[in-house]
Formats: sequence, C-alpha cells, structure tokens
Amino acid sequence: MVKFIKHQVKTFGLLELFKGLALTGKYLFKKKITVRYPEEKTPLSPRFRGHHALRRYENGEERCIACKLCEAVCPANAITIESEERDDGSRRTTQYDIDMFKCIYCGFCEEACPVDAIVETRVFEYEFHERGPHIMTKDKLLAFGDKHEEQIAADRAADAKYR
Amino acid sequence: MFDAIQAFLSSFLYDWLAIVITLVIQAVMVILPIMLTVAWLTYAERKVIGYMQVRMGPNRVGPGGWLQPIADALKLMTKEVIFPQQSNKFLFIIAPVLAIAPAVAVWAVIPFSPEVVVSDINAGILYVLAVSSILVYGTIIAGWASNSKYAFLGALRGSAQKISYEIAMGFALVTVLMIAGSMNLQEIVEGQQGGILNWYLLPLLPMFVVYLLSGLAETNRTPFDIIEGEAEIVAGFHVEYSGMTFGVFMLAEYAMMILISFMTAIMFLGGWLSPFEGVPVLETLFAWVPAFGWLAFKVSFLLFVFLWLRATFPRYRYDQLMRLGWKVLIPVTIVWVFVVGAMQYFQFGPWFN
Repeated sequence: MVKFIKHQVKTFGLLELFKGLALTGKYLFKKKITVRYPEEKTPLSPRFRGHHALRRYENGEERCIACKLCEAVCPANAITIESEERDDGSRRTTQYDIDMFKCIYCGFCEEACPVDAIVETRVFEYEFHERGPHIMTKDKLLAFGDKHEEQIAADRAADAKYR
Repeated sequence: MFDAIQAFLSSFLYDWLAIVITLVIQAVMVILPIMLTVAWLTYAERKVIGYMQVRMGPNRVGPGGWLQPIADALKLMTKEVIFPQQSNKFLFIIAPVLAIAPAVAVWAVIPFSPEVVVSDINAGILYVLAVSSILVYGTIIAGWASNSKYAFLGALRGSAQKISYEIAMGFALVTVLMIAGSMNLQEIVEGQQGGILNWYLLPLLPMFVVYLLSGLAETNRTPFDIIEGEAEIVAGFHVEYSGMTFGVFMLAEYAMMILISFMTAIMFLGGWLSPFEGVPVLETLFAWVPAFGWLAFKVSFLLFVFLWLRATFPRYRYDQLMRLGWKVLIPVTIVWVFVVGAMQYFQFGPWFN
C-alpha cells in the first residue's frame, strides 16, 4: 500500500520529468563545444595525414631514390612510379604520380619510405573539381614539399623519438 | 482606435468599404506580428535545443545567425512544389490552407491587453476550442490527398491523437469556466486580479499541467509528435509536401504553439496582469511595464518551456500516448471538476466569491 502511494506520488508529481528538465536546463548554460570552422580550427597532431609532398635534402637534391617501396605497400594502388638512371649514375624517378581519388590517406607510404621522401602534411583544405588535377605528379609534389618544408621538418622533429 | 480609423475612412468612402478596410487593417496588425514571431520562434527553437546539446545552433546567417529565418523562408518560397502522381491536386493544395486558416482565425478573440482585442465576444473560449479543432482537417486531408502510405498513417495517428487530447483539454477549460463564471477571455483575466495568489494557477495546478500536456499533443510537439515520427513514418502527414506548402504547415504548427501559450497565460497565469499586484515595493517599481509586456513575458516563458520539453524528452510510443490521454488525463480532469465544484460550494480561498 505504501509502495502504491509512493508510486502514485512519484508519477503524478512528475518528479522524474523535472529531473530530466533540470539536467537539460543545466546544460543550457554550459560552455559550448562548437568550433566555428573557417574562423576557428581544432589543433592538429604532428602525425596528421593530409596532402602528400615529396621532400628534398638541404642541398636541394631530391630524397626519393625510386625504391618503389611505397608503390608496393600502397593498399589502394594509388602510387605509380617509373625510374631511370640519371646522368651521374644515381637512380631517380622519372614519374611519381599519386592518384588522390584512390588514396585513402593511410600513411603507409610515409612509413615505408627509407629516406623520408614521401610524407603526408597537415594540409587538408584542398579539393578537385574535375578529373586531371587529381593526379599529383612529381613536379607538383616536389613544389608542395618546398612550400611546406618548414612545417614538415618541424612535424618530423616533434615525432622523431617515437619513430 | 479602429473606430476612429473607420470614422475617418467613411468620411470620404462608402460605409461598407470603410468597414472592410478597417477589418483588413486589424487582421494584418494581428497576423503580421504572429508570422514574424513564428519565424523567430523557429530560430529560438534551434538555438535553445542547440545550447542544451552543448552546441551553438545556427550562427552563419547574420550576426549570431539571427537572419536564419529569413534565409529559411526564402529557400522555402523559391523551392518547387512537387505534386505526387495520382494525388488529388485540389485537396493537396487546400490542405495547408485548412491548416493555417484556423491557426490564424483563433487570434481574433485573444486579448493582448485590456483594450487590444480584435473582437471581444462573450463565447471566447468556445470560439477558440471550436476553431482550433478544425485544424485536424488540414492534417487528415493532407494525409489523404498525398496518396502515400506514410502520409496516410501519419494523418490517422494525428487525427486520433488530436481528438483524444481535445477531450482532456476541454475538461481543463471547464474548470476554468467554473471559477471564472464567464467564457469571455477578458473577464477571465480580470477575474484573476490581485497578485499571483489570485491567479487560477494555484487552485487549478493539475489542470494547468493537463492543459500544457494536451496543448503539446494538440500542436504535435515532442514528446507527442508521433504524427511525424521520423523513425517509422518518415515525416508523417506532410512527407509529400515541399516548398511553401510545407512551409505553411510549419507556420500553422508554430502559430498554434504560440496560441496554446497565449491561452495558458490568459487562463492560468493572469494574462496581462502584473505578477506584483499587491506587493508593496515591487508593484510601483514595475508600474512602467505595459499590460502587453507582462503577457509577452509569460508567453515567451511558456514557449521556452515548450522548447525545453522538446530538448529533454524522447517521443512517446503510440499506445502509451493513447493510454496517457484516455486513462490518465481525462480521469484526472473529471476528478478535478468535482474538486472545483466542492471548492466553489465551500467558498474556498480568494478565488470563489
């Protein structure tokens, strides 16, 4: 009987409903977690995997030695490499294409590379509106690497002790 | 004021033309602010729900996103109205009209302040009940004319729900009529004069809750919005509607929401009366607030409660909804009718004399 009365008081007093309302009412005044994207940005990890780039050594020599490990490891078959002997006898690529539509940004190419030539940068704000430009050629990748070398080097340095 | 306008117009126009023009002016003066309120109520809804979910809500169009309703309205108006194949075109078009017409027509008897009311009729409550129950035809016809299973199921659910909750709502109003002894909305407000204790909120507290709940059900707001349950029937009776026909349904829903808030404020919260009546210092301190200011304050609070409820509670299941309506709310109201009768007989409190 007591149990019955207690239950009725609880039901008709709408106690649980008020509890719920109090909870949402509390959240009304909480700090909002929205990031207003173009104006505000979330912090990025140095391991962020965005747009690819090919790096050079400090003397301007390109790092890639056309070992084709990245081409072999790429799970999406996005990388195509052709190589030839250069005039000074060293092996270098003549073609290094990444199909950005195929790429799944897994970062295996970067992991496989023995000379830190192919890297993925923090840049993720790019888009393609037609077929064609989505094939990143060697020239484009090298130019991209030159442009962002400072950031790329800093990120590698920050992550160096975990590699 | 309108008499003066009519007199001025009839000095150089036909009498009937002066009357028609005055009526049109009155209608526009009531409808336009309501439509604007509806527009920014949708904005407030998205903001409040957003804030309760720890996000910001619309914040792109204009500073703080407060131009969002205009962008929404423009989008709806420029979109194509698609007619489903083999739908009944005439009924398909007439349904949103049937939904919005009563939602606008009820405002004729709502007193905004002691002087401002379009028509001060004696059967005000009866008029509101009668006209707002026509709203259900919009739902039924929309569901039928769409020639779609989802729309039809939504319309069936909606009409059953609205008719069930109208009974509880009607009984809740009966208790108000018993105390006030009048169906005139102005007189109901005047009967609550003398501070918060004299409002009908206290003797009719359960009826206040019942009225709010059935108001939620009447306007298809969460937690009673099974009429448009996304999970089961996509969007209910207005699945097939697009563009401005859909917009008109939305307008009607939100206009009804504001109406329910107005009715609750008028019948239980003292309408345009100040809550500080009879309180020594505060009464003079807040004497500058106009009558409509208090009503607007109460209505905005009730609207906020509507949004708050939506942000808090999940949707009711259909059988639970019917159980609540028939087995809980209606018995509660009937019991309270007897309680109010007893209170009346024994001249209980400041409300019965």
